[in-house]
Amino acid sequence: MAQGPLPGEAAAEEGAVGTLTDTDVEMGRYVGSRMLRKEDGPLLAGRGSYVDNLALPGMVWVSIVRSPLAHARINRVDTSAALEVPGVVAAYSGADLASEWAAGLPCAWPVAPETKIPDHWPVAKDKARMVGDPVAVVVADTRAHAVDGAEAVDVDYEPLQPVTSIEQALADGAAVIHEEFGNNICFQDLKIASGDVDKVFAEAPVVVKQRYYHPRLIPNAMEPRGVLAQPMPVTGEMTMWSSTQIPHILRTLLALTLGIPESKFRVIAPDVGGGFGSKLDVYAEEAICLAVARKLGVPVKWIEERSENYLATLHGRDVIQDMEVAATQEGKLLGVRAKVLCDMGAYCQLVAPGIQVLGATLFSGVYQAEAASFECTAVFTNRTPTDAYRGAGRPEATYAIERIMDALARRVGKDPAEVRELNFIPPFSEPTANVFGAMYDSGNYKAGLDKALELADYQSLRREQAERRQRGDTKQLGIGLSTYIEACGSAPSRGFGSVNFGAGGWEAATIRCLPTGKVVVVTGTSPHGQGHETSWSQIVADALGVKFEDVEVLHGDTAISPQGLDTYGSRSLAAGGVAIQKAAEKIIAKARKIAAHELEVAEEDVEFADGALRVRGAPDKSRTVADVAFSAFLAHNIPDGMEPGMEESAVFDPVNNTFPSGAHVAVVEVDTQTGLVDLIRYVAVDDCGNIVNPMIAQGMVHGGLAQGIAEGLYEEATYDEHGNLTSGNMGAYRVPSAAELPSFETDHVVTPSTSNPGGWKGVGEAGTIGSPPAVVNAVVDALAPMGIDNIGMPVSPERVWRAIQAAQQGSGATTTGQGGQA
Amino acid sequence: MRHITCTVNGVRREADVEPRQLLVYFLRETLGLTGTNVGCDTSSCGACTVMMDGKSVKSCTVLTVQADGSEIVTIEGLARDGQLHPMQEAFRQNHALQCGYCTPGMIMAAVGLVENGQAASEEEIRVGLEGNLCRCTGYHNIVKAIQSAASTMRAPAQS
Repeated sequence: MAQGPLPGEAAAEEGAVGTLTDTDVEMGRYVGSRMLRKEDGPLLAGRGSYVDNLALPGMVWVSIVRSPLAHARINRVDTSAALEVPGVVAAYSGADLASEWAAGLPCAWPVAPETKIPDHWPVAKDKARMVGDPVAVVVADTRAHAVDGAEAVDVDYEPLQPVTSIEQALADGAAVIHEEFGNNICFQDLKIASGDVDKVFAEAPVVVKQRYYHPRLIPNAMEPRGVLAQPMPVTGEMTMWSSTQIPHILRTLLALTLGIPESKFRVIAPDVGGGFGSKLDVYAEEAICLAVARKLGVPVKWIEERSENYLATLHGRDVIQDMEVAATQEGKLLGVRAKVLCDMGAYCQLVAPGIQVLGATLFSGVYQAEAASFECTAVFTNRTPTDAYRGAGRPEATYAIERIMDALARRVGKDPAEVRELNFIPPFSEPTANVFGAMYDSGNYKAGLDKALELADYQSLRREQAERRQRGDTKQLGIGLSTYIEACGSAPSRGFGSVNFGAGGWEAATIRCLPTGKVVVVTGTSPHGQGHETSWSQIVADALGVKFEDVEVLHGDTAISPQGLDTYGSRSLAAGGVAIQKAAEKIIAKARKIAAHELEVAEEDVEFADGALRVRGAPDKSRTVADVAFSAFLAHNIPDGMEPGMEESAVFDPVNNTFPSGAHVAVVEVDTQTGLVDLIRYVAVDDCGNIVNPMIAQGMVHGGLAQGIAEGLYEEATYDEHGNLTSGNMGAYRVPSAAELPSFETDHVVTPSTSNPGGWKGVGEAGTIGSPPAVVNAVVDALAPMGIDNIGMPVSPERVWRAIQAAQQGSGATTTGQGGQA
Repeated sequence: MRHITCTVNGVRREADVEPRQLLVYFLRETLGLTGTNVGCDTSSCGACTVMMDGKSVKSCTVLTVQADGSEIVTIEGLARDGQLHPMQEAFRQNHALQCGYCTPGMIMAAVGLVENGQAASEEEIRVGLEGNLCRCTGYHNIVKAIQSAASTMRAPAQS
């Protein structure tokens, strides 16, 4: 694909507004342009098709009775009173539904050979293992009656000792959550290493060690989950609408859980109101609605309430890291050593055991080193399961290395920008191994940092900081850097195989040219806010020389898009976008044959140029793709032996991950009397490779930044000693509003990826990965003269204030955070 | 059951409703106006924001019976004669929505801010939007869209 300067790039970065339509865009250059989104019309008009907007005749509602205790034996479930409630049509205990399951809820990633995957039934039978564990199901004619019925179910619980933290899970004498395992360990000491790490550390003149804790995070997609299951009792078919990121994966895995033939099971992800990983899972409520629909023979709907979402939808992070680097006196990195403890929660959700491994080989970041190791242990606790939350493993690795690079800079008495530059892997445009052996696709880390420092006017900021320090201002200035890298694109399939992941990394696409000149694109990706209908249209319009408006992108329905691996891990463009491009190349190959036949020239004399198939040397002799698609439809005069029609499919299996990177600068004011942190500026320079739609890419960065900054400053799911979620609603858990955040200053550098022909890297998670260490580094930077070297996330006013008090009293100046007291 | 009468998007509506019913469920389930979304159960997120008698309210925090006699405008009632409202158009032009779930409530809240003269600066807009959460956009483009719509809405109407 032709890649020049990106039209619209500068305008987008400056936030200029304009309506680009076909007439404004030179044919063949949609890619790189700021096309407004095709998705927006219905969403702006209030005509979205979210699951809760759907209704079917005869539909009944499910409400789920959930355990109020974190760990308890279930002695008896009495549903008789519920059945007396007006409108209630059925009520089931876990035992009542046990015969519905052909298998438990799946975990597809037993990452270490000895990983223990517990049974996970959609409705608990004999033991509840977390607050919110489903213990009974009530079905009624209305939403309200179902809730009334659920309140009437009587459950006799025998409380057991709860395990409410990682440390407790590992303590001697801890209650055992899954008795069959004998302890609370899911897997232990999974190690990935390169070089003689112990020797490097033993001999290094400088060793810096810190403990970090990643708070438990609640994803908070604005649309809670919802399910509508429709049985076809006569044919045995089943259709399920679910607010999910993964319709294809659900079709396969829920077919196994329910014992439904996969061939008779259709899954539809309609408009989905955000995911962030929280809808990348196979959930109990999906299985429950399917089972009830099958039993009753009527459509069954369940819509999650927000407080229910906080208990029943996966959480993220909850990871303790002991991070060490070995270095020279000058701050040149020699070794990296990370020991990680992570919490699965009460069960193993779909890909939970592997999440930390997604970041394992990124603990050395964008830096050179001689040796590195990563070691991980995972435990069970009586809390909501964790799984892939935006970034998934990569924010953890990035936080550890980017925080400790600042600590190293302080130790060796250098500016954090200088220490980073000293250690950068030099610019490269061919795959290059990091110390762990991960093959980075392309990168120019210094260019990103230079641009970010220039945008931030770094030297002026440092001067202002020095002045405030000199004056002893109450509000001190802090400047935090983060030069992050991530791995996206979920590839290659063989690599996934080597770490026991239960799927490949490929993606599928079909392009169908209709007789009227319209083009249908079927993608296996499943967008939920990312704008694939727009970006995929841009790719196809360029590749086929058709108008942007003439392309229709279909997705999210397994009957329409039979093959796909859905949307997560910033994989959609780097895998799905490329599959579309490959399918378009097949269309052009067939179209060339027809054009050559019609123009009576040899096939090799026809080239696709300026949006049409043209005879070399006589470009006025041409056919458009629409012309030959009509010829292929008529089939009156196509080459001998050619199949009529113009439809091609392709599956792209990437050879490698992509490695987006970037440099972020956070500027904070810290009130040294109250501990209040005010984020006053945020500069982000990202490298996501070539860009299809700069407006959408920039929007992804903005949203990611907000979520990452929230991790750094605001959000934390907390539990009491009984295992109750004490941040159990949106009032108590601090999702930031517009009032807490600044406008962002964004720009990018472009190093085209070598992992796919588009040069695309992915951008969905970048902001979330790069920003937590930037904001926390900024706060620590502001307070460093007091001797403060580490503050735990989220950096709340209380935590800052306590750190300042401790520093002033000389009693140690480090707080790690809730789960990570050293 | 209680009998109520109200005007929704210019149409007079009458219904017998359960006293415990929230306005948002009256709009969504009784009237089928599903553009107004429900995002939480603590009046925190603002996804359900509608205009009631000229003020933006969270329709999950109003009982249907309290809306008796009122005039309500939802996202479905904002466009006029097939033309998007300036706020809707500004959201589109500025890429102020991604998944779209918070969007109807965000737009209604934004219209309320501008119409009540509370959108004079970025700071004022950000504080005014405190009751409406978005998880996709980081608010950057939402704030820009509101600034843009505010100037359009303040400009004298062209004849």
